[in-house]
Amino acid sequence: MTTFPLLTLLTFLPLVGALLILVTGQAASASSDRLVRRDRPERSHAHARALAMGFSLAALLLTLGLWHAFRSGSGAMQFQEQHAWIPSLNIQYRLGVDGLGLLMVLLSAIVVPIAIAASWRVKGRVPLYFSLVLLLQAGLFGTFTALNFFHWFLFWELSLIPAFFLIRLWGGAQRASAATQFFVYTMVGSVALLLAFLGLFLATGSFDFIDLAALAHNGQLLPAITQNLGWHGMAGDRVALILFFAALLGFAVKVPMMPFHTWLPAAYAEAPTGTTILLTGAMSKMGVYGFLRILLPIFSQQILWMRKPLLVLAVATIVFSPWAAFAQKDLKRIFAYSSVNHLGYCLLGIFAVAGSSGDSPMLLTQRAAALDGVILQMFNHGLTASVLFWFVALIEKRSNGLRGINDFGGLRKVAPVFCGLMGIALFSSLGLPGLNGFIGEFLILKGVFPLAPWATAISLFGLLVTAIVLLTVLQRVFSGPLNPRWSGFADLTLRETVVLAPAIALMFLLGLYPQVVLGVINGTALAVTAQLKF
Amino acid sequence: MTGTSYRELLLLALPQTVVVLAGLIALALDLSLFRNSTNRVRFSAGAAIACAGSLAAGCCILLSQTHGAIQTFQNGMLLSNPLTHLIQIALLLLAVLTILLSIDSTFTDHIGEYILLILLATAGMMFLVSTEDLLLIFVSLELLSLCLYVLTGFNKHSVHSAEAALKYFLFGGMSAAFLLFGFSYLYGLSGSTNLVRIAAATEGSVMDPLLMVAIVMTVTGFGFKVAAVPFHLWSPDAYEGAPAPAAAFIASASKVASFFIFAQVMVLGFAGTAGNAGWNVRAPGWAPLVAVVAALSLVLGNVAALAQKSVKRLLAYSAIAHAGYMLLAIVSHTQQSIAALLYYVLTYALTTIGAFGVVAVVEHQTGGDKLSDFAGLSRRAPLPSMCMLVFLLSLAGIPPLAGFFGKFYLFSAALAGTTASLSLLWLVILAVAMSAVSLYYYLQVLKRIYVEQPPADAAPIQISILSQIVLCLIAAIIILLGCAPNLLLRLIQNALNAIIA
Repeated sequence: MTTFPLLTLLTFLPLVGALLILVTGQAASASSDRLVRRDRPERSHAHARALAMGFSLAALLLTLGLWHAFRSGSGAMQFQEQHAWIPSLNIQYRLGVDGLGLLMVLLSAIVVPIAIAASWRVKGRVPLYFSLVLLLQAGLFGTFTALNFFHWFLFWELSLIPAFFLIRLWGGAQRASAATQFFVYTMVGSVALLLAFLGLFLATGSFDFIDLAALAHNGQLLPAITQNLGWHGMAGDRVALILFFAALLGFAVKVPMMPFHTWLPAAYAEAPTGTTILLTGAMSKMGVYGFLRILLPIFSQQILWMRKPLLVLAVATIVFSPWAAFAQKDLKRIFAYSSVNHLGYCLLGIFAVAGSSGDSPMLLTQRAAALDGVILQMFNHGLTASVLFWFVALIEKRSNGLRGINDFGGLRKVAPVFCGLMGIALFSSLGLPGLNGFIGEFLILKGVFPLAPWATAISLFGLLVTAIVLLTVLQRVFSGPLNPRWSGFADLTLRETVVLAPAIALMFLLGLYPQVVLGVINGTALAVTAQLKF
Repeated sequence: MTGTSYRELLLLALPQTVVVLAGLIALALDLSLFRNSTNRVRFSAGAAIACAGSLAAGCCILLSQTHGAIQTFQNGMLLSNPLTHLIQIALLLLAVLTILLSIDSTFTDHIGEYILLILLATAGMMFLVSTEDLLLIFVSLELLSLCLYVLTGFNKHSVHSAEAALKYFLFGGMSAAFLLFGFSYLYGLSGSTNLVRIAAATEGSVMDPLLMVAIVMTVTGFGFKVAAVPFHLWSPDAYEGAPAPAAAFIASASKVASFFIFAQVMVLGFAGTAGNAGWNVRAPGWAPLVAVVAALSLVLGNVAALAQKSVKRLLAYSAIAHAGYMLLAIVSHTQQSIAALLYYVLTYALTTIGAFGVVAVVEHQTGGDKLSDFAGLSRRAPLPSMCMLVFLLSLAGIPPLAGFFGKFYLFSAALAGTTASLSLLWLVILAVAMSAVSLYYYLQVLKRIYVEQPPADAAPIQISILSQIVLCLIAAIIILLGCAPNLLLRLIQNALNAIIA
C-alpha cells in the first residue's frame, strides 16, 4: 500500500488548476482593461483553455497511473488514506478506491477533457468557465474517492455549485429556469440525504460508509436505530425505512429515476453542450455510484422490503424514457431521455440484485454478473453519451446553434466521416454487439433475468424503442435527400478526427475485449454481493 | 470576605483596561497631533493605535492563560478562564477587522471618537463575556449598547442614520428596562446576583409565578439584544441606516457577546428550570419559550428577507433568521450544542463582517445598497465579488464553507441532545426547511453580481489594497474553517471541558 497520498493529490490537482486559471485570467483581463488592446482578451482565453486542458490531461495521466498500480481482482479498498479530521463528530478524512471508484475516477478523467474540447470556443468570461469545469472535476474526484459521509457530501455539493453556474451563465435561452430547477431538485435531494445520514450518525455514531455497511451486514444497524432513534415510539424498522427513503430521494434525483427526472431534459438541453457532457457523462454517475456504494450495502434490508415498487419505478424509467425521447425534436433532449433510459438499466440491476432469497452459488454468480454489468454500463454510458453530445456540439458549431432533428437531412453525402463516426457512437448507444454499449446491457439483463424475470421482460421493450429512436436520428439527420441549406456542411477536420479517434477506439476495445475493465471491477462486484444480507 | 484585592482585579481586567487606554490614546492623538491631517491619515493612525491596543490586549489574555487557567474574582463577579479568553480574543479580532474595513469610509470627520466608541464597545463586550454576575452583566451590556446607539447615528449627513439610531435607542432602552425588571425579580427570589446561586435557589420551582415573570422578562430583554422575533423590529432599520462598518460591528461582535451571555444566563442562571421544548415531552420552563422565539425568528427572518430590495435590510433579516438557528442551540443546551453555538456565532460573525465590508465598498462607490446597485459587480470588482460569493454561500450553508459545518454541527448537536426521542426534531426540520428558503435570497444577490450586466456608465470600482487584503483574509478563513472545522472546534471544546471540569 502506498503511503503517498495519491488520491488527495488527484482531487486537489483540478482545484489548483481552477484557482490558477482564475487568478491568471483575471490578471490578464485587468491588464487588458488598462492597455485597451484588442488581442489581450483573446490571449487570456487561449491561456485559460490551454491551462484547463493541461490540468485535465495531467489528471488523466495520474488516473492511468493509478489504474496501472491497482491490484485488480481484489475487492478491497486500495490507495487508502486515513486521518482524524473532526474527532468530536467521529469524522475521519478517509479516502480509497475499489474497482468501482477507480473506474468512475477514470471516467471523470476521460469525460472532462472531452467536455473541455467540446467547449473550446465558449463565449464570454472564458477563464471563469474553465475554472468552474475544473472545480466540478475536483468535486467528482472527491465524490468517487471519499469513504466518509461528511467528506463525501462536501464534494457532492461542491460539484453542484459549478454545474449551476455553468448552466446559469452560459446556457441557452431558458437557462434561468433550467438552472433553478436543476438546483432546487438536487438541493432538496441533498437535504434529505443529509438528514438521513444525520439520523444514521445519531444511531450509530459513525459517518463511515464501510463501518456502516459492516454494521448492516452484522445485523447491528437496526437494533442501534431502534435503541437510539425511537421517534414518537415508532418502531426501529419504520425509522430505518424513513431514513432509507430520504437517502433514496437524494440519489434518485441525481440519477435520475422516474418520477424525479423532470429537471433533467431542461438542464441538459439548456446547458452549454460542454457542460451537458459533464452532467451526463460524469455527474449522473454520482447518483448510481451512491446507489452502489451507499444504499445497497447499508440499506439492503430496506431495498428488499420495497423491492417491488422500486423495480416498477426502474422499469418505468427504462420503458417510458425512450417514448419521451421519441416525441422530442431537439437532439439534445433526445439524447437526454436516452440517457435516462440507459441509467434505468443500472437501477434495474441494483434493485434486482437486492432481492431473491437463497444463497446458492449459482445465484451469487448471477448477482455478481448483474453488478458487473451495472458498473460497466455506468462507464459505457458515460463514454458514449459524452461522445454523442460532443457530436451535437460539433453540429451546433457548424449550424450556428441549430440542433433540431428535422433541421438537417442527407448530411452523409457531404460529411461522410462525420456521419460514420457519429453512427458508431449511436450504435454503441443502442447496444449493438461488438461495441461497448452491448456488453453492459447484456450482462445486466443476463444477471437480472433469473432474479426478476418479469421486470427484465418488460424492460426489453425499452431496448426496442431506444433502437428505433436512435435509428430515426441517424435517418433524419444523415440520410435522405440532402437539405440544400447544408450543402456546405463541413466534414470532420483532421484535428477533430484525431481528437475523437481515441474515444471511438475505446468503444471498440470495450466491446470486443471487455476484460480490460471487468478484471478491475469483478472483485468489487463479488465483494458487494458477499456483503449483501437479507 | 476581607476587603478587595485591587491588584487581582486589575490583573483580571487588564485586557479591557488596555483596550480602553488604546481608545483614549487614539482620541487624544487624533485631537492633538493629527488635527490638521487628512481624514485618510487620521483614520490610518487611529486604526494603527487600535490594532496595537487590541494586539496588546490579546497578548495579556494569552499570557494570563499561561499563568493560571481558571480564576474568579469575588465569586464570579469577574472570571478568567479558557472560554472567556477564547471569546475575548475573537471579539478583539472582530473589532480590529471592523476598524480596518472602515478606513476608507468617508461618513464622518470624528475619527478619534469613532475608534474610541468601537473600542469602548469592545471593552464592554469583554466584560460582558467574563462575568456571571447580574449587575456586571447589566452594566457592561449598557456600556456596549450606548456605544452602538451612537455608532448607528454616526453619519450626521444622513437622516436615515439618525432615524435608525433613535429607533435603536428607544427599543434598546425598553429592552434594558425589561431586563433589569427581570433581574430584580431574580434577586428578590434568590437574594443573590450570582447566576450559580440563583440557579441553586430557584431550582425546581418552575411554576412559581414570580420566577415565570423573571424568565419572560429576561428572555424578552435578551431577545431584543439578539434581534429575535418578535423583538426584532429595530434591527432592519438600524442595519440599513447605520454606516456599513457600524452595522457590521452590530451584526458581528455584539451578536457574539450577546449570544454568549444569553446562553450563559439561561444555562447557568436558570439551570434547574429549563423545562422541555420537545414536541411530545413538553414541560414548562424557559426552553419552550425560547423554542417558540426561535421558530418565529426562523420563519419570519427567512420569509421577510425574500422581499427585501436593500442588501443591508436583507442581511438584517438574514441575521434574524440566523438568530433563530442559534437559539435552537440554546433550547437544546447540552455541552455539545453550546460548542455548536459558539462555533456558529463566531463563524457567522466573521462572515457577516465580510459581507458588510463588501456592501461598504459598493455603497461607497455607487451611493446605495439596493440590489440594483450590485448589478454586474463581478465585472467591476472581481475580487470583492468572489469574496461576497464565499460569504453569502457560507451564510446559506453551502459546503465546504464554514456556514455549512456550523449548521451541520448545530443540527446534529440539537438532535443528539435528545436522541432517545428526537424531541427537537420538529424545530430542526423547520430550521432545515427554512435554510432552503434562505438559499433563494442569497442567490438573488449573487445573481445580480454575476449574471446581470453592469449599468452602461459603470466604471471599475476602486478599492484600496488594504480592504482587498482584509476581505480575502476573511474569505480564506471561512473556507479554511469549513474544510478543517476542527481548528476552531478543538479550542472551543477544550475550553468548555476545562470550565466544566
